[in-house]
Amino acid sequence: MGYGMMPMLLAAEGEVDFSIHHLLGYEFMGTTVYLTTSHVCMLIIMATIMIFALVVRRKMMHAEEVPSGLQNVMEFVVEVLESFVSSAMGKHGKKYMYYVGTLFIFVLFSNISGLFGLRPPTADFGTTFCLALITWIMIQYNNVKYNKLGVITGLFQPLPFLFPINLIGEIATPISMSLRLFGNVMAGTVMLSLYYGLLPLAAKIGIPAFLHAYLDLFSGAIQAYVFAMLTMTFISDKIGDN
Amino acid sequence: MEQITNEGLILACSTIGAGLAMIAGIGPGIGQGIAAGQGAAAVGRNPGAKGDIMSTMLLGQAVAETTGLYGLVIALLLMYANPMLSKFLSL
Repeated sequence: MGYGMMPMLLAAEGEVDFSIHHLLGYEFMGTTVYLTTSHVCMLIIMATIMIFALVVRRKMMHAEEVPSGLQNVMEFVVEVLESFVSSAMGKHGKKYMYYVGTLFIFVLFSNISGLFGLRPPTADFGTTFCLALITWIMIQYNNVKYNKLGVITGLFQPLPFLFPINLIGEIATPISMSLRLFGNVMAGTVMLSLYYGLLPLAAKIGIPAFLHAYLDLFSGAIQAYVFAMLTMTFISDKIGDN
Repeated sequence: MEQITNEGLILACSTIGAGLAMIAGIGPGIGQGIAAGQGAAAVGRNPGAKGDIMSTMLLGQAVAETTGLYGLVIALLLMYANPMLSKFLSL
């Protein structure tokens, strides 16, 4: 407490600081629950995406035959997402495009938010685990929907005594997915805050641009892609040939 | 030796443990390198399938990376959210 707006920034001057700060605590069923920097940064990112969506919606109300400007960009984005989903999921792609597209855009914006001085919400295990849990519920829903009794018998394939390993494999999916995203973004956040916090001022001119380009933009985009791709791969794996 | 406190010993050993945990980074490095090399060879053999090869390679590398990230998470836990301190010293 008592940090004010400072903890929202990634690097305070002269100290290494990348932890999640508690901003506001309140009592909830006997335990103190905190409003943290992750929540605030996530709200900022969500507001950005929503305002952008509203602007695009306004623009698309009077869409032109020959697109130009913002309409052109949005049509390109939608086409890229569509081909991205349908190349990984085939004919089932159309149903899942909205979920996977939303997931991809949110994770991408979260990952590159370090570039704008926010602490990425995906560098909080709570965020990534919830995202992975949503995906996992979707995977299991499709498993039950398309495989029916095969959900149970599938656990005993190819040999009956492999049941525990198969069960652990099912349960470990959200944990490994969330840890992968969390670990990557957290590693970038830690490295940047170490760089900003420990080195003299002369080293902070110019050089961090390359670090940001790699750790925030490149790594963030790759991880958003991987998270969306794994979601689609797992779901279409459960759908099978149906 | 008398001036070493319990807390200091736990902190020192935890830090060494965090360093040792990051040895896990060797495996993913080798694995991702092999995947990238094979991907480059595959693109050389069949340049038309570059998109498919890229996405498969990235997916494989991301899965190979997981074990290294487990090491990273354990190192971060030992450094910044040490479970031993509160368990043994009731701080």
